[in-house]
Amino acid sequence: MMKKKSSFTSLSVNRIWNVFFCGTGGQGVLTAAEICAVAAMNAGYHVKKSEVHGMAQRGGSVESHVRFGPRIFSPLIKPGTADFIVCFHEGEGNRLAAYLRKGGTTFVPFLKDPAFLPQDRRFLNTAFLGILSALAPIAEESWLAALSQQLKRSLVENQAAFALGRKAGFAYAGRTGGR
Amino acid sequence: MENKRISSVQELLSGDEAVARGAWEAGLRVACAYPGTPSTEILETLAGFKDVDAQWSVNEKVAFEVALGSAIAGGRSLYASKHVGLNVAMDPLMTASYTGVNAGFVAVVCDDPGLASSQNEQDTRWVGPYAKLPVLEPASPAEAYLFIKEAFAISERFDTPVLFRMTTRVAHSKENVAVGARQDSALKPFAVNIPKYVMVPRNAYQKHMVIEKRLLALAALSETTPLNKIEKGSAKLGFITSGIPYQYLKEAYPDASFLKLGFTYPYCDKKIARFAHMVRELVVVEELDPIIQEHVRSLGIKARAKHPTFRIGELLPEHMAQIYKGAKKKELPSTARKPVLCPGCPHRFVFSVLKRNKAIVAGDIGCYTLAATPPLSTLHTCLCMGSSITIHEGFRRIMPNGKIVGVLGDSTFVHSGITGLINAVYNRMKGLIIILDNSTTAMTGGQNNPAMGRTIRNEPTKQLSIEAVCTACGADNVDVIDPKNLSQLDALVKQRLAADALSVIVARRPCKLVDRNRLPMPDYDRIKCKTCGLCFNLDCPALVKTEDGHVDINAALCAGCYLCVDTCPSDALKRPA
Repeated sequence: MMKKKSSFTSLSVNRIWNVFFCGTGGQGVLTAAEICAVAAMNAGYHVKKSEVHGMAQRGGSVESHVRFGPRIFSPLIKPGTADFIVCFHEGEGNRLAAYLRKGGTTFVPFLKDPAFLPQDRRFLNTAFLGILSALAPIAEESWLAALSQQLKRSLVENQAAFALGRKAGFAYAGRTGGR
Repeated sequence: MENKRISSVQELLSGDEAVARGAWEAGLRVACAYPGTPSTEILETLAGFKDVDAQWSVNEKVAFEVALGSAIAGGRSLYASKHVGLNVAMDPLMTASYTGVNAGFVAVVCDDPGLASSQNEQDTRWVGPYAKLPVLEPASPAEAYLFIKEAFAISERFDTPVLFRMTTRVAHSKENVAVGARQDSALKPFAVNIPKYVMVPRNAYQKHMVIEKRLLALAALSETTPLNKIEKGSAKLGFITSGIPYQYLKEAYPDASFLKLGFTYPYCDKKIARFAHMVRELVVVEELDPIIQEHVRSLGIKARAKHPTFRIGELLPEHMAQIYKGAKKKELPSTARKPVLCPGCPHRFVFSVLKRNKAIVAGDIGCYTLAATPPLSTLHTCLCMGSSITIHEGFRRIMPNGKIVGVLGDSTFVHSGITGLINAVYNRMKGLIIILDNSTTAMTGGQNNPAMGRTIRNEPTKQLSIEAVCTACGADNVDVIDPKNLSQLDALVKQRLAADALSVIVARRPCKLVDRNRLPMPDYDRIKCKTCGLCFNLDCPALVKTEDGHVDINAALCAGCYLCVDTCPSDALKRPA
């Protein structure tokens, strides 16, 4: 079987990437989206992010759209155009599945696969960012800078969860042919 | 606004944060606001700059007046609120247009199309022509950062307050913005000028003439300012637009021509006409009310516009094609999870008592408004800040024997409840008001308020005693009770409802997001449980109904408040040993 590593050709940095984060209150959806947006900014992209405030604490749905590329207009992802649905709650991931583009990657299966889940579920969001880092054209140092900038507590554990997620992400990319 | 990959300090800022950053760099001195989604973060960010005098004001009218006072005294000042908050400040705003300013004064107002968290979808752009004020409308955080600096310059150049209008999507979305350093603005000297600042009829008449001239000068600026931009694309199709729809149109119709309005009032009539002549097909796209659309048509210009069904709700990227075709908006049912009171919320205790007593509840604005949601369904009116006490009085004038209760929070009471209470006493009304004192302004994110004795920067200050205020207002009975004492609360409510008196009950217990202490979850006896479902009527997120109607307690969510224990008639839920 031919194994292709994720390759970031010059083409991939010239188009808009759409990452859709979702889950319920308290799962760290907005933190994960923020880290992703900061990582993209560190990597030199124009970045826009939209988020819904306030209902997270009261158990409501939480969504955040992160878009990066050479020039972004809309802060919202159109349904059917998300490259990734990074979800921390299976129900929410399924409810919002229409946002995924044909050929995009939803993280719903990862929620059920121990190979992609960290030992400590508190670090689920950074582990998933690790997976994402293997599939999106943002250099590792941009991600690591974003992690240390955004996370005040448990940085070492988060970095470890990120690293394991990244490894799992590369393995997944290898199996599915990369981008 | 391209962000180049060169050396410049970039920050990922929301529209709110960008306004704060830009205002700070423009030498802002004083900033006043009352919390209100989606504008709250403006003052929260400004409070982080030590050279800005930032405050949570008691309400928006106070905020506006304090900030305007500072501007007149010679320091650049800013007011921020949501759209309905501006309604509270309309009195000073309308006449501030007459007095003008001294140092720059900008009123930042955030509309909420789509109702992320509001009582209505009013379109604040109407205030521009109504108050005869210039209106600036950024379409992104990067624009908000640049436009706010321009707003202060315009305010000083034309001696006018400036209305700076955003929407939730612009206020809360984030973008990387190249930021800079603060330019300290020298204080402008205050010169006594009674005809300018004292609006008695003779002075106001003269000022009205000044305002009309000022509008003409602002209209001339509107024609030349780069804030109103023609982007020449195809001659086949052109859009006139402002705010966030511009971004969606740019992606849906990248080849079209655009007239993007950023200085949206007064209008740039000549530029609009010039643009109309550049394109064969002209379409006006705006969110909420057909303001630009009707103005363009009033100039005799033929332009297509969205179907009226799109005046309701937020415009989304996927709407652009439907709008262009003139199609009706398809209303899709919302599938999102509903927000509910947190596990352990003290409000739930109060509403379970009110529900049990079949009270009619005149409610107010706060987390407790969620008590209106089924199955709790124990809040029956909610209009605007402070309207609990006053609508309670209105009801009782028609239904003097009804079990009507006015319910509001601590911050809401200080904002605009006190006047209603004085009115009830003065106009000899009897009844019951319950003030839910959870020691915070919760729904907007847990801000400080006068009843807590802590400022926006958490500095200690005099603490307003709610019960002392109620007594001073003349209430016949004022009780302070911990709502967790359920049977005591129930007895007191019954007693006060039956009394020929105006009573206030202050139900005092901290918000669960302030006091995060949790007690162990209850014990559940499946055999004793008769699946009556009374516990589920409390709508606690920690109680999950199993397929056969029994109870599953989510240990991660349960706060150990034991309201379900006190509600269970069968002893199936018990406090843990």
